[in-house]
Amino acid sequence: MSRIIKQANPKLTEANISRALSRIPYARFLGIKPLLMGSELTMVLPYSDSIIGNSNLKALHGGAVGAFMEITAIVQLQLSSGSKKLAKPIGINIDYLRRGNPKDTYARAIVARQGRRVANVRVRAWQDNYEDPITILHGHFKSAHIED
Amino acid sequence: MPNTPSTIAEKLESLWSLAPTTIERTPHAKELGMKFVAIDIGQTTMSLPYNPNLIGDADTRVMAGGAVTTLLDQCSGLAASSLFDPPVSVATLDLRIDYMRAATPNEAIVAQAHCYKATKHIAFVRAVAHDGDSDDPIATSQAIFMTAPIPNAEADKNSSETQLAGKESR
Repeated sequence: MSRIIKQANPKLTEANISRALSRIPYARFLGIKPLLMGSELTMVLPYSDSIIGNSNLKALHGGAVGAFMEITAIVQLQLSSGSKKLAKPIGINIDYLRRGNPKDTYARAIVARQGRRVANVRVRAWQDNYEDPITILHGHFKSAHIED
Repeated sequence: MPNTPSTIAEKLESLWSLAPTTIERTPHAKELGMKFVAIDIGQTTMSLPYNPNLIGDADTRVMAGGAVTTLLDQCSGLAASSLFDPPVSVATLDLRIDYMRAATPNEAIVAQAHCYKATKHIAFVRAVAHDGDSDDPIATSQAIFMTAPIPNAEADKNSSETQLAGKESR
């Protein structure tokens, strides 16, 4: 089974994901970790007190969750394109559906379209249940292999 | 709210007594090293000094788009909060960001937000991030905020003020 998946997506290995993440100091700062199940990449934003945005409500900062989803999109694009350069955001939209509670957050990105110059990506972030997302991002990213 | 000179002065005094400590009271904004710069009714300015921890691409040493997102969200939230009377804590409902260019390495990023309309519970905010010249933006954003529920139903009258501009994801 794992051989079939690897054939389908040879770039999706723990080592490649760690390599992509190591190029993003901000991902390390947020403590973001990859979780690979088959060929599905899920990113984890572990809870820490430093990502709280509202101390009274113990709610996560909207910016921290937004940044987490952007990084999830960039890493997913890097893996699917195999490019040496990282994708850059052009325009993104974030919908905040539920309060981020003080616990771990997960995110998964889907490349809706990989064009030659731009890619359209959708990211869902959730906590308790994949079916109950706390935030959804969609946006365009400059394809990694395009020069400025 | 009647906009007489004395009510405006009162409101500004209250904003300036609370807003400068808003970063201090927002753990994630403090963690990133954000700085409060200025506030007016519905308008705020904040900055994010260059920080190697916030780099988004080790090759270019440019601060991550995500750090700009957080700065714009924080700054816009305070602008939204300041338009309510009394100021209340707000939650982000919707945030759109356009990234025009990369930030300059080693330079601070400045964000300026303008809350141009607030209804009873909803506020609309435009913001721009730049590194010195607002006509040459790094990013622009458009956001919608909703007033956050007060955690304790018995919260005293002052609690909404002490919560000024607490930021959260909804």
